[in-house]
Amino acid sequence: MIVPWGETRLVQGNEAVALGAVAAGIGFFAGYPITPSTEIAELLAKYMPLLDKKWIQMEDEIASISALIGGRLAGSKSMTATSGPGFSLMQEGLGYACMTEVPIVVVNVMRGGPSTGLPTQAAQGDVMQARWGTHGDHPVIALAPCNVKECFELTIRAFNLSEIFRTPVILLPDEIIGHMRERVRFPLEEDVDVVPMPVPDVPVEWYEHYHESTSNVSPMASFGSGYRYHVTGLTHDKDGFPTRKEDEVIAKMERLKHKITRRLDELEDVQMHDVEESSVVIFAYGSVYRSALAAQAILKKKRKTVGIFRPVTLWPFPDRTVKEMLDSKDVVLVPELNQGQIIHEVERMTRDSVRVVPLHRIDGYEITPEEIVDAVMEVI
Amino acid sequence: MSPTIPYEYKYLRAKKRFPHVWCPGCGIGIVMGSIIRAVDAMGWDKDDIVMVSGIGCTSRMPVYVDFNTLHTTHGRGLAFGTGVKMANPRLNVMAVMGDGDSLAIGGNHIIHAARRNIDITAIIVNNNNYGMTGGQFSPTTPPGAKTSTTPYGMIEPGFDVCKLMDGAGASFVARGTVYHVTELDNMILKAFRKKGFSVVEALAPCPTNFGRANRLGGPVEMMQLLKDNTINLSQLKAMKPDQTEGKIVRGIFVDRDSISYGDRYAALCENARIGSGG
Ligand SMILES: Cc1ncc(C[n+]2csc(CCOP(=O)(O)OP(=O)(O)O)c2C)c(N)n1
Ligand code: SF4
Ligand SMILES: [Mg+2]
Repeated sequence: MIVPWGETRLVQGNEAVALGAVAAGIGFFAGYPITPSTEIAELLAKYMPLLDKKWIQMEDEIASISALIGGRLAGSKSMTATSGPGFSLMQEGLGYACMTEVPIVVVNVMRGGPSTGLPTQAAQGDVMQARWGTHGDHPVIALAPCNVKECFELTIRAFNLSEIFRTPVILLPDEIIGHMRERVRFPLEEDVDVVPMPVPDVPVEWYEHYHESTSNVSPMASFGSGYRYHVTGLTHDKDGFPTRKEDEVIAKMERLKHKITRRLDELEDVQMHDVEESSVVIFAYGSVYRSALAAQAILKKKRKTVGIFRPVTLWPFPDRTVKEMLDSKDVVLVPELNQGQIIHEVERMTRDSVRVVPLHRIDGYEITPEEIVDAVMEVI
Repeated sequence: MSPTIPYEYKYLRAKKRFPHVWCPGCGIGIVMGSIIRAVDAMGWDKDDIVMVSGIGCTSRMPVYVDFNTLHTTHGRGLAFGTGVKMANPRLNVMAVMGDGDSLAIGGNHIIHAARRNIDITAIIVNNNNYGMTGGQFSPTTPPGAKTSTTPYGMIEPGFDVCKLMDGAGASFVARGTVYHVTELDNMILKAFRKKGFSVVEALAPCPTNFGRANRLGGPVEMMQLLKDNTINLSQLKAMKPDQTEGKIVRGIFVDRDSISYGDRYAALCENARIGSGG
């Protein structure tokens, strides 16, 4: 037994990602070593052969994500793990997976950038790259865990969402989360919801690789299952063959968008603490959310109430909820381990009267609760 | 009496996907014919075949054949194919690629596919240039040749695809041409039969770009060049060194048995389980 079901263990964030992948039924891992994500590849190299699952170290990250897509098309749930420089190389494959609607999971343990940057230190500098890194309009799902238990849970959720929405899902722990160790009580296996790979049940001659359904997603057949079909990164029709007919191009592109935008309820995941009663709210995700919680406790002792708004699902951005909950606030403080990325989304969703205040840290270290407390004291 | 339809047609998406995109006189369709005849000789079920490709004129081939077909990104066909083969080793995986696709942007992937000896057959249509984008030079453009990006002639030396693949560890390496079709059919068949990484380089004309830029004549003249400028291995043996000057050698250069990546991985799983007592 690789996943310590029902037990309590001291586990590292990256280890929890690897265990989450096993729990979700990973069948294929392809990757290229890079700090601070390498433990994920190393642990899976140990676990997967024991389960008769396939693991490979490819020649680079472009090859890794390409192999992943091939692996999933051939019927294995597939995941890779990387960090900034590798994530940049994976943008080509991410776009291909979006376009061809192949479910894969890409873990990007965020380190300081740009370029080689701060290999061993934390950042949240890739959240916009996760959204817009590959070219062309495309749907994106990205999740940001804030602790080791969530590394386990959100990896399973990433696999599930990728299957439900037939699209790549990006897990975005920052280096602090990937490398921290915490005591985790693992659930019982029967309490974990794992979405199996959907398979078509129509006769072969009726199969459309991109069938137009009300959910905007149709079950994908695997190579070798008797449904022969064509996959291409060229814009394609329902059967998967290249097309330039206006109506077919528009139908494809709109369906790609709508499969996310029309099902936001299934994707949105936010945590809020005292938001309603506070006129000042801290908007934080990943490791910074932990500091925000600690800051809130310190401020409480000083008889200052502040709210916390935390998106767990970063993309799609929780537009409606941000508008509903934050549009009437005096101040929204957005601490981030970058020079200001998600803050633009908060600004976009709040009226001008809301003061949206940045707090950056870019030296590779965590934003401390005290820094947040100071920033709050300054604005109120 | 109804006309007899060549058996090759049953492997084509004949009704839906034709006419094809290739120019008159292009060599790529001939390679497709050889692949189909070799597939038929193997007796493979169409459901169990995966044809992957990258980007380029050659890489448009998968759309026309009735297999599981995967048209990927430029140069990455073998990386996608590696994932397919690992996830389902039962599938017969082949990769069709242009010379630019396989040796320039995909050069890293092909040497590692060969080194791993992954059980995939790579078929490289070498037309000495980037056909699809209008005839720029490729890693196999001969010295001195004109292309749209070598208006003063090619100054870089080219790759010898077969030597490269031999050095990288492929189990089977052959070179044929689209003029010598029976020979090419046979090479591809032998490549399919080989366990491990097999490579067939098929020399082919691109009259539209390479031919025109170098005033090599039309499709017929370019075919004649394939006939005149190549010799097979027995001709090579019989000829004196000065007679072989400038000739390209056809033939099977490597045919060795080494354990494929898939088999080594299966053994690793077995050993890991025994080692862990499970
Ligand atoms: C990443 C990327 N770079 C460049 C291109 C443009 N491009 C398309 S095909 C091609 C070259 C194809 O040449 P080759 O592989 O020899 O195939 P041929 O068309 O000659 O069969 C290039 C450069 C692309 N599609 N993707
Ligand atoms: S451009 Fe050259 S390689 Fe491409 S289809 Fe035309 S002849 Fe063939
Ligand atoms: Mg070419």
